Amino acid sequence: MRSPHRRYTAPIALFAVAGLTLAGCTGDIAAEEAADADCSEYEDYGTFEGEEVTIQGTIVDVEADRLIASWTDFATCTGIEIDYQGSRDFEGNIAQLAEGGNAPDIGIVPQPGLVQLLAENGYLMPAPAEVEANVDEFWSEDWKAYSVFDGTFYGAPMLASVKGYIWYSPAEFEEKGYAIPTSIPELMELSQTIADEGDHLPWCAGMESGEATGWPGTDWIEDFVLRQAGPEVYDQWVTHEIPFNDPQIVEAFDAAGEILKNPEFIDTESLISTPFQDGGLPILDGECSMHHQASFYEVNWGEGVEVGPDGDVFAFLMPPMSADDPIAVTGGGETVVSFAEGDAITAVMAHMSTDTFANLRVSEGGSVSANNGVDSANASSPLLEQTIEILQDPEATFRYDGSDLMPGAVGANSFWKGIVSWLSGDSARQTVDTIESSWPS
Amino acid sequence: MSVSPVDLPVSRGTKARTRGAIEVAADDSTKTGRVKKRLTSRRATFAAVIIAVLWTTPTFGLLISSFRPAEQIRETGWWTFFANPAFTLDNYQDVLFSTSSSSPQLGSYFVNSLAIAIPGTIFPLVIASMAAYAFAWIKFKFSGPLFILIFALQIVPIQMALIPLLQGFGTILRPGQQWLHDVVPFIPEQNYLPIWIAHTIFALPLAIFLLHNFISEIPSEVIEAAKVDGASHTQLFFRIVLPLALPAIASFAIFQFLWVWNDLLVALIFSGGTGDVSPLTQRLAELTGTRGQDWQRLTAAAFVSLVVPLIVFFSLQRYFVRGLLAGSTKG
Amino acid sequence: MTTADLIGKLIQVIGGLAIFAAVVGLILFLVDRAPKRGRDYWQLAAFVAPALLLLVSGLIYPAIRTTYLAFLNRDGDFTGFDNFVWAFTQPDAVRTLINTVVWVVFVPLLSTSIGLAYAIFIDKSRGEKFFKALVFMPMAISMVGAGIIWKFVYDFKSQGREQIGLLNAIVVAFGGEPVQWLQTSPLNTLLLIAVMIWIQTGFAMVVLSASIKGIPLEQIEAAELDGASAWQRFTNVTLPGIRTALVVVVTTISIATLKVFDIVRTMTAGNFDTSVVANEMYTQAFRANEVGRGAALAVLLFLLVLPIVIYNVRVLAKQREIR
Repeated sequence: MRSPHRRYTAPIALFAVAGLTLAGCTGDIAAEEAADADCSEYEDYGTFEGEEVTIQGTIVDVEADRLIASWTDFATCTGIEIDYQGSRDFEGNIAQLAEGGNAPDIGIVPQPGLVQLLAENGYLMPAPAEVEANVDEFWSEDWKAYSVFDGTFYGAPMLASVKGYIWYSPAEFEEKGYAIPTSIPELMELSQTIADEGDHLPWCAGMESGEATGWPGTDWIEDFVLRQAGPEVYDQWVTHEIPFNDPQIVEAFDAAGEILKNPEFIDTESLISTPFQDGGLPILDGECSMHHQASFYEVNWGEGVEVGPDGDVFAFLMPPMSADDPIAVTGGGETVVSFAEGDAITAVMAHMSTDTFANLRVSEGGSVSANNGVDSANASSPLLEQTIEILQDPEATFRYDGSDLMPGAVGANSFWKGIVSWLSGDSARQTVDTIESSWPS
Repeated sequence: MSVSPVDLPVSRGTKARTRGAIEVAADDSTKTGRVKKRLTSRRATFAAVIIAVLWTTPTFGLLISSFRPAEQIRETGWWTFFANPAFTLDNYQDVLFSTSSSSPQLGSYFVNSLAIAIPGTIFPLVIASMAAYAFAWIKFKFSGPLFILIFALQIVPIQMALIPLLQGFGTILRPGQQWLHDVVPFIPEQNYLPIWIAHTIFALPLAIFLLHNFISEIPSEVIEAAKVDGASHTQLFFRIVLPLALPAIASFAIFQFLWVWNDLLVALIFSGGTGDVSPLTQRLAELTGTRGQDWQRLTAAAFVSLVVPLIVFFSLQRYFVRGLLAGSTKG
Repeated sequence: MTTADLIGKLIQVIGGLAIFAAVVGLILFLVDRAPKRGRDYWQLAAFVAPALLLLVSGLIYPAIRTTYLAFLNRDGDFTGFDNFVWAFTQPDAVRTLINTVVWVVFVPLLSTSIGLAYAIFIDKSRGEKFFKALVFMPMAISMVGAGIIWKFVYDFKSQGREQIGLLNAIVVAFGGEPVQWLQTSPLNTLLLIAVMIWIQTGFAMVVLSASIKGIPLEQIEAAELDGASAWQRFTNVTLPGIRTALVVVVTTISIATLKVFDIVRTMTAGNFDTSVVANEMYTQAFRANEVGRGAALAVLLFLLVLPIVIYNVRVLAKQREIR
């Protein structure tokens, strides 16, 4: 070691160079330009100069920007500094963070099942009275019930999506003279017609989603349970009042299997290995006609694809069993819960449960809320406008995505795995028996 | 413990050995040239090229893909690029410059990653080499069983250790951080300390195990000779053990650096709920969007985050010096 | 991030490093000047205590806690060996165990031998650093990147559609039918193992290369003068010279392989008979909220590592004997 100090030069130089170059692109541009916000809306909350509220959730990237944009004015006017950190691993980490005493002030939790888990372990604070008042005013009973555990109400819903959409190409339907089916038998008939015409398959789907592979299949089952057996059975099913291998559930698997396991209707071979993001794209190439996926699939179509009744693709709601049955939809959303107490936290949570916030967020685009104060005209696309109308329709039955309500051992594990083995050849009976045996006692 | 074959000349006296190390290292370059011709056979070169090609092709595919437009990445194989080149920098543009208000500038994440990884490499390295030295050259009761226990700790899954550590930090470290913030307002309450400590702890079992095996390889004559000259353990450690174990230290440093650099879990858990200390991996992980719609961006992201570990790899290579132990074999 | 933030961060890092250096330096300086009586004790403490302290609080305590949790059910009641019974009787238990063993046999063996061969072949060659970087790279790529890399290799599209996976493109080019690589058992497990080997070879190569450089030159030259063939030089000089390093590499890779779950999770989610113990552990503890079962599987992993531990105990004992 002839020159002992040489060995330190490399790392130090590296750090120094990095520091210098990065100083260039860090920029001191952060000075808020929100000075001209209209604060009259927010006067009631008071001011909390210099207080910081941390929020975490699964929402990232563009969606995170839109979220932040929707509370910017509120933050400026009340002086609360809101620090949002989005992470796709939030669901996996939050219980550990809470257990270790390192949870954020507020969490935006995408599953009622997880809210329940956090509540049962005593990590959550009951929702402030202001929040409950807002939820009573702006949300339906169905929605509120999903945040109540053991009689305690924990937080307001935020955004929503509707799951049972069937995507199609309006141009193709018009050209071939297909009508939007109004009942399940009509849907099956249409599938048969398309299959008989022979130049492409009626359906396409993708079930691959990394560790969550199989989840798109759970949506199919849930849609059929809700439509065939009705909302009461659906509730009993997700709360395990009836076992998972109840005959009515087997019927739902069989009904879904008439499409998903039928090589005349769908490419059964590549179904499991196709990423769910790519599942519906063959519609654009005329390789299939229909794709069952939630409203949020809108973001997966890619740039330049117009989504609308006269666009490249659009979606209709999966029809009820018979045309005169009432509308029933499954869907999902987030719940805003708090891990700590404080006036600033209460103010933020209260604001996030108002119609003002919901309208601001919906206007930012890309998403909707089930808040009945939302003006559907604020929606950023025809599909989202339609979604809001469904969510606000007092006649429509809304049920939360079943796998999100079941215990993690089922909803985030054996149900997904069951779908995979069912699609790979297991019978519906075998599949539901295996899932039932995994239900925690 | 290198056992030299019997027919090899092992001559020189003990005294010359310690010095020999330095001399041989010094004229290493000339000797290398002489040996080169005889050692690299054509077949070996061929085999090496095959391995290199096999190992590089998948990555090469990713590199090509990172310059292709999103639709093409999804629909055609990367090799079609050569027949039908459609070149774009969009993926890199998205990774490097897409500003979103939730994560304004990539630079901030870069600084955080470096600020986590540099101490996160140096701390465990120093603590582990000290412990490794003690296990190798200080005789004490239970040193064997203790060493085995430490090495076996490698199997403890990090995920299982997070909660206890978090709780510990909450009671001990938090007040300290708060105090530090009050005294030096420049340092935010949420600083890197918990992340450094966590990385240090998780690195120790492997580091001690790896370094111990190299440090114990140092011929005992070298150590004994120095002891006779009256060197203390501290002197032995700095003057003899550290220089001689440099290749092992360098190779561990490379790996520890890139493990910390690529870590997301520890950073997420110990960052304390704010983005102030989030590393690059956090930003890259969210590039795909909430619904995983933009995964093609990850092709470029993988290479952006690869650059720094490669720089570290190349710059630490120089410590893989030949012949540090030359002339000091044991018979 | 403002300039003030940047300065704050620089202060933290430089300050942190400086304080660390000062503390370590001070401790070592003090023990060097400790009174003669008990100096050995103080020196030993100074060298070992920091590591032990951190390990006890950060790993040993959690390990004990995990073992304790393995005997509790999800409500926190003591259930004896129920979780272990479950671990061995759940539908995929046997498959998972067999897979784990297959992983632990193949990955260390292949990645070490390929890494060693490569290190020797390129030793002292022109462009050695560059060649090393090629095999090192997989190790440096994050798991997210690796997932996509291998998607472009194993991807499947049904016949007639354009393949974007390299393997299927080759198969189709030779007139074959595309194969669902990751869905076909037991081939899929081997293909996942290939990914792990691809990653770990870099580790083996770097450590072994550093060790090869430690072999005294005169030994190699002497062997050459004696007219030993390349293979003889390898078995007589190189292998004995890097034995310790080999043990380290094989051990480390074996343990890393036992713990691996991210490859399985991201590529097949443990479906199609590919699950391994670590993946089940992760799923149970952090997805299914069955911490007790997860902990039981972690304990099982700890037991699986015992043979490796025992082997290392032997090596260590031999080593101390010689000295």
